Amino acid sequence: MRWEEEILGGSHWSGVLRRGSQLRLIARGADANLAALFYNREQPLERYNMADTLKAQHTAHLTTGCVCYSDMGRILCSITADTCGWHDPLCGLTDDETIAAQYGATSFQVQRNARFVSGRQAMLVELGKYGLGERDLVANINFFSKLLVDENGAMSLATGHSRAGDYVDLRFEMDTLVLLHAGPHPLGTGSTYAPPGIGLQMSPAPAVAADDACRIRCPENTRGFINTERYCA
Amino acid sequence: MKAAPSLAVVDSVVPAGEPWMGVVKAGATLRIVDLEGNQAVDTLFYNAHDIAEHYSAQNTLQAQRQIYLTSGSVLLTNRGRALLRIEQDDCGRHDTLGGACSSESNTVRYALEKRHMHSCRDSFLSALARHPLARNAGMTKRDLPSNINFFMNVPVTPEGGLRFADGISAAGRFVELRALMDTLVLISNCPQLNNPCNAYNPTPVRVLIREDA
Repeated sequence: MRWEEEILGGSHWSGVLRRGSQLRLIARGADANLAALFYNREQPLERYNMADTLKAQHTAHLTTGCVCYSDMGRILCSITADTCGWHDPLCGLTDDETIAAQYGATSFQVQRNARFVSGRQAMLVELGKYGLGERDLVANINFFSKLLVDENGAMSLATGHSRAGDYVDLRFEMDTLVLLHAGPHPLGTGSTYAPPGIGLQMSPAPAVAADDACRIRCPENTRGFINTERYCA
Repeated sequence: MKAAPSLAVVDSVVPAGEPWMGVVKAGATLRIVDLEGNQAVDTLFYNAHDIAEHYSAQNTLQAQRQIYLTSGSVLLTNRGRALLRIEQDDCGRHDTLGGACSSESNTVRYALEKRHMHSCRDSFLSALARHPLARNAGMTKRDLPSNINFFMNVPVTPEGGLRFADGISAAGRFVELRALMDTLVLISNCPQLNNPCNAYNPTPVRVLIREDA
């Protein structure tokens, strides 16, 4: 392992993960949620694209074997391990209004660093550190959360989906700017703002084998890896 | 097909493979007619006075707790404000997960050799580069967030799968939205030739804006 770091519940983080590195995300409590966004480090106009990720892999949820596509037909990162089996790419972020309505209004003046930070606020702050902003805030992934969709399209959040110690491994296929917020899922039903923290462990990733599970999951992913390898050649 | 509005301030036929832009004032209605059936109409909406505020698929789905759009759906912006409301819908279900096709995603989805084919995102970028409304607002690729695909059927299964099903629309069916703020509209009438979403046959649509209703 090259480094490790803790994202405290409710707080946000950003950093660069290079091609060939692996980031393990570890839930430090039950019913964790980690909002995530990915941008090409070299040209951030290329960024994670929800629709391209879902339709290339014919899925509405993410787990081992899935990859996260950019809008340019390339793979930012691959999910190489996952102990909880389902991550939500659909529901988006909380914002200040939804957080205040559900958990109550807070301020730094009163609550100090225990104030309730929304997902949108967290991402806007992290985006700003790289010269990015509201116009760059695209649809995100909510790791550790499972969204149930019935035959009629009604959505609800599965309870008890993730436990303390659950983890997911991301293998980065491009140099990627990663933005994270360990905040509650927008469909969370509790009235107490107490999102679990998330541990980060970065290590070198083994080379992508010809029979890599993400690469051979579907012909689309095989072509996505070819596009990515050509870009990085 | 129901009678067209009598006092439309805009009545345009948009051929497949072409973009279209216009403004729908607060209180006015926008009707999109699927003239020949099974067409996909990739659509983005913006606050006409501040294009950094735009339609947000995730805000909208989250608020309505429902992944499909139909009559009664209120389309929310990225700032959580009401942008438009779907008031009439002959089709019953519209998609906002499938996004817009691009030459790059076509290489992934179909074959590396498909890159040359026309796509919605190329149409969007063409409009952003050339249309006075986009140029005046300084719009760029940054301003292409997740879109709506009117008349497209993309079912999500209870197991978490995603299917691109044959269209459930038909010739003459339409959707009508009322603007709740002054709204800038950007449409790509989809040129996709590799997908059953438009029965492999992209066709024209009609766009009507009425301000008297």
